[in-house]
Amino acid sequence: MRDFQIVVLWSDVLFAVLLAALAAGVAYAFRHEHLRRAWHTVFANRSAMAALVILLAYLLVTVLDSFHYRPALDQPDGVPQTKVQYSVEVLSLLDVALTTLRDTREKTYSAPFATHFFEKQMLEAPDGKQYRDYPRLKFGGAHLKDPAERAGDIAVRAAGGAALGGMLWLLAMLPIVRGVACSHQWTLTKAAREVLRGGTQIAWDGFAWALLFVLVLAGVLGTLSGHYHVFGTDATGNDVLYQTLKAMRVALMIGTLATLVVLPLGIGLGLAAGYYRGWVDDTIQYIYTVISSIPYVLLIAAASLMMTMLIERNGALFATAASRADAKLVALCAIIGAISWTTLCRLIRAETLKLRELDYVQAARCFGVSSLRIMLRHILPNAFHIVLITVVLDFSGLVLAEAVLSFVGVGVDPTSISFGMMINKARGELARDPLIWWSISAAFVFMVSLVLAANLFADAVREAFDPRALPSRRRLRLGAAK
Amino acid sequence: MIAYLIRRLLWALPTLLGVNLLVFALFFVVSSPDDMARAQLGAKRVTQEAIERWKADHGYDKPLFYNDNAQGSKQFTDTIFVQKSARMFLLDFGKSDLGRDINHELYARMWPSLALALPVFIVGLFVAIVAAMVLAFFRGTWLDYSGVIACVVLMSISSLFYIIAGQFIVARTWNLVPISGYEGGLDSIRFLALPVLVGVIAGLGSNVRWYRAIFLEEIGKDYVRTARAKGLSEGAVLFRHVLKNAMIPILTGTVVVIPSLFLGSLISESFFGIPGLGSFTIEAILMQDFAIVRAMVFIGALLYILGLILTDLSYTLVDPRVRLQ
Repeated sequence: MRDFQIVVLWSDVLFAVLLAALAAGVAYAFRHEHLRRAWHTVFANRSAMAALVILLAYLLVTVLDSFHYRPALDQPDGVPQTKVQYSVEVLSLLDVALTTLRDTREKTYSAPFATHFFEKQMLEAPDGKQYRDYPRLKFGGAHLKDPAERAGDIAVRAAGGAALGGMLWLLAMLPIVRGVACSHQWTLTKAAREVLRGGTQIAWDGFAWALLFVLVLAGVLGTLSGHYHVFGTDATGNDVLYQTLKAMRVALMIGTLATLVVLPLGIGLGLAAGYYRGWVDDTIQYIYTVISSIPYVLLIAAASLMMTMLIERNGALFATAASRADAKLVALCAIIGAISWTTLCRLIRAETLKLRELDYVQAARCFGVSSLRIMLRHILPNAFHIVLITVVLDFSGLVLAEAVLSFVGVGVDPTSISFGMMINKARGELARDPLIWWSISAAFVFMVSLVLAANLFADAVREAFDPRALPSRRRLRLGAAK
Repeated sequence: MIAYLIRRLLWALPTLLGVNLLVFALFFVVSSPDDMARAQLGAKRVTQEAIERWKADHGYDKPLFYNDNAQGSKQFTDTIFVQKSARMFLLDFGKSDLGRDINHELYARMWPSLALALPVFIVGLFVAIVAAMVLAFFRGTWLDYSGVIACVVLMSISSLFYIIAGQFIVARTWNLVPISGYEGGLDSIRFLALPVLVGVIAGLGSNVRWYRAIFLEEIGKDYVRTARAKGLSEGAVLFRHVLKNAMIPILTGTVVVIPSLFLGSLISESFFGIPGLGSFTIEAILMQDFAIVRAMVFIGALLYILGLILTDLSYTLVDPRVRLQ
């Protein structure tokens, strides 16, 4: 085991805070009957459960990618060991898990599952003659003696990976089936059948099938990527699968970290404006009118241009390129948060205006409860569904916004991999002939699945928590029948 | 009515002043003209003299708010705030950091932007309303269900993918239109067809879902039941009664973007090479021409506030119960 130094990036800390808050929220909801019931409606939704599996899988990737360290450099022989030198490269646990993908760089483009380069190169024959041909890849399919065996080899390995995923799935489903069997007093076989058919109150069938899909896919990708570049390689020979997994962290950070700024500003100012009214209300309304009247992308662009300059000026503060890139990411999230709290603030203000006139609040005031306590204990819990809905709905929009911002040139640091960067690069690749399609396809698949899952989950949450939500399909049917 | 309009326009001034101050704070307090000069001059090891010279050339060498060296009212007007920021209230944007005349560029580039944004707006609105009506007509059936799913999927795809796919399929594979570029006059149709198509599709998902919700809310109202009770067919109810009433929230909800159509679209203009204000802004950001960015932020806010005023006016036009005072 080589020596290493733990690196704690700002975004790691903030993400941990966010996860802790999420855990606290889950614990809180579990202890309160009305919240538990609302969440039951969410989990009874099949597509929401399937979306949850996808989101959790991506969350796992992000969490793994959020523990950073710097490996020690090998000491040259003969030099006395005085001080351990650490590499300037910051790695994460995900990088450790994906060591094969990271270390197996080719020279340039290669197609998915290719054994040869995508373009002809000048080669030298043993007799010194030069000729042009497709050279073999250093890594992709290097274990094959004859490239013609490739299809069979892939099929065998994929089957093995799928079997592995299936086994993991059985292991994961066992406790769930046990739990269902216990609570309904069913036998295990009946419980298993009901889980897969959707006979349970919580839509375990959506969960189970999505989990099967994810695990089998992960198993297949995992085994194949040990011997092939499953999604091909990019211009500098980096594995595209590795890049998409790394891009996931940036996407999730952008989608969630802004919440840490949005919540205090939006809730605090919204409550204050609605509760105190008068000049406080006027001032807060003025501030959010000003901010929200500037086009979103333009304001983010202006603010992050300035922030970039600030970071460049204080470049000495950052030990590694990764920590500077991370500072930019956190700054971008802070900017997004500082701009987008206005929606939440407006909604909370309107709800507070309504709630403060209700009898129970008036009664609390008569008892001499302090304003702060009324706002936090009596008004906020009754307006909290707005917070939840807004945060969940914003997530997918922010992930999409990252791609646009990166295109505009004000997104994340160019050294870190994000979906926006991948799409940006792909523009040039699509203009080539023969065209290079795998990079953009991989970015497309992963990004759409993330945003789609987030959208589906957000819809279920809104339907469960918003009293004015759109009627669901079932209720529509009933309405039509009446 | 006129009095209300004047009052609303006067009310817009403090908001614009706030926008102005915010932008000023961002560009001159958070960062400084020195940083701008360094970004503009490029090299990391640029001399202090070069920075001073650049600042003097571009008028950034003045004090922020109060000029000690000037006389009379010049003490206040000969400052960065007045020269670079407050001046925008007169719609005089001066020269950009790279020496371009911003006002001239604005007038020249407004029209290509509008030529793209206006058709996208109108066609998009029409298509979305038709699709939403179809979904509302077949509400609760598999058609409605799959339509809503299609909307969610459409919403989940980044607009960049639509543009890239459109360029690749329509322009490159089928060779129907040029991939990018622009010409004035009638020729522009050739160049605009694809961007308009892509823009309409990209906006379809969220709009159809929103309008469908409006239609469904309207269908649940009492007058619709009355209309059905009179024996009207479902189609007649939908077209003659629901459509008219549902248009109120739809139109008042979309009016706000009309002034902003002049700004065009940041992304599709630069992808399709249309010389509008959107690509102008992107170029400015990439070349770190901050004067243009400041101007565009101000104009964007101005147009948005105009849109809000138009929204208020449209409420009175369609709903006589709303009185403007």
